[in-house]
Amino acid sequence: MLQSETAQKTVHNTILPLTLTGAIAKIRGKTIVGPINLTIGPQGFTIVMGPNGSGKTTLLRLMHGLQRISGGTVTCGLPDAQARVRQSYVFQTPIMMRRIVVDSIAYPLRLRGVDKKTARTKATDWAERVGLGHALDRPAPVLSGGEKQKLSLARALISGPDILFLDEPCANLDGRATREIETILRQAQAEGTRLVMATHDMGQARRLASDVVFMYGGCVHETGPATAFFSGPTTPQAAAFISGDIVE
Amino acid sequence: MNEITQGLAEAGRLIFSLDPDLLEIVALSLRVTLSAVVIASAIGLPLGAWLVVNRFRFRRHTIAVLNALMGLPPVVVGLVVYMLLSRAGPFGVLDLLFTPTAMIIAQVIIITPLIASISHQTIRDLWAEYHDLLISLSATRRQRIAALLWDGRRALLTAMLAGFGRGIGEVGAIMIVGGNIDHSTRVLTTAISLETGKGNFAFAMGLGFVLIALAVLVNLTIHSLSRTERASVW
Ligand SMILES: Nc1ncnc2c1ncn2[C@@H]1O[C@H](COP(=O)(O)OP(=O)(O)OP(=O)(O)O)[C@@H](O)[C@H]1O
Ligand SMILES: [Mg+2]
Repeated sequence: MLQSETAQKTVHNTILPLTLTGAIAKIRGKTIVGPINLTIGPQGFTIVMGPNGSGKTTLLRLMHGLQRISGGTVTCGLPDAQARVRQSYVFQTPIMMRRIVVDSIAYPLRLRGVDKKTARTKATDWAERVGLGHALDRPAPVLSGGEKQKLSLARALISGPDILFLDEPCANLDGRATREIETILRQAQAEGTRLVMATHDMGQARRLASDVVFMYGGCVHETGPATAFFSGPTTPQAAAFISGDIVE
Repeated sequence: MNEITQGLAEAGRLIFSLDPDLLEIVALSLRVTLSAVVIASAIGLPLGAWLVVNRFRFRRHTIAVLNALMGLPPVVVGLVVYMLLSRAGPFGVLDLLFTPTAMIIAQVIIITPLIASISHQTIRDLWAEYHDLLISLSATRRQRIAALLWDGRRALLTAMLAGFGRGIGEVGAIMIVGGNIDHSTRVLTTAISLETGKGNFAFAMGLGFVLIALAVLVNLTIHSLSRTERASVW
């Protein structure tokens, strides 16, 4: 009994692949996003791009389970209850708890029953990795916009998720901080975390993407490997978006 | 006007002579209301938070009823508790009528809706802020309530102080269930009521000023305690 259980665990060790089949998100009866057919495979760094209001945030929330699904399915390799704790999400607008930095970063571990001392030690490590080592005792709500985003990233990574969703995590960061974050994301990827990130920064997309999802009008307009997408987009909207033209 | 100045003088005399009767009355007032606030908070704060994080069929109605109960007339509460605790009542065997415990019970009933309702409003705002994060981190219902109560503790203190204010100045219910018995269930408000009835206006005024001073003192103490904890950013 025990043995077969262990064997099962190694087979379904991760929540990936994550598959959306005809997934639709409606808000007050209006379809915001979908129907979406998309598979997030076991490896890589997916970049979600598209103009403002094209549905990037809604798509990420749908995959993470924050947005209620109104049609179709989102399935993954683990039962729902287990899948939930293996994912993390970095919000477009950082959510700061009314706690000091170190306790904010430690919070996901505390929720999982890790004792205070261990959680704080790990949180201190993570704070230093994202460059918040100097601000451990500061109340999280008084951090600058960029610092809040760094805190969000540390808080999302501390639980060692299978998959991490990021919604424009570098929007408020300067060039140097952006590079630091990118380094951390690459490290997380090397350690086995699957990354799905929305961004408007074309340079960043080119640097990080292994594959691209181009959103347009609430649907996946074009998707494929990054090299192919950037060198030869197949739709005029994607081509215009890449070259920096205004997409109508 | 004359009676007010006399009242002030009387209050000064009572306080500075450390009148033993006065001290006894003040001590009982504090004991009854502080106990009631602690018990009402233990019920009302989690209840307020629970109503925020749970969606159920009659949620709106429950909240409306709770808000209405804030205005519960103390005299009626006193009457109901009296009937429940009297010899013939269902809890008569406990022999609690005309004891401080009966007064605490009555005040808990009066204060709990107030604390639950105010805390509900505070926590609702915090929940709107935390919602996505706590769902994303898959916090359990209990963990959500704990996070909201802990992070909202400063605002919740205000709810508790409001409860204290209502309890310490309340006379209708404790008069009925306590009976205003000298050296046993007499508190500041019932003593004031008694002295006024006897025509001892200056003495009643004196007690009144002591009551106000007590309320202010408790509020100041709690506020200074909570402020020294950390910077006042939230
Ligand atoms: N709660 C909501 N109620 C009504 N409409 C909504 C709601 N949330 C999103 N929308 C609409 O859905 C569309 C997609 O929004 P979404 O936030 O997913 O876009 P986005 O691609 O992330 O945009 P941005 O680049 O500006 O972040 C928008 O037109 C938006 O107005
Ligand atoms: Mg967005």
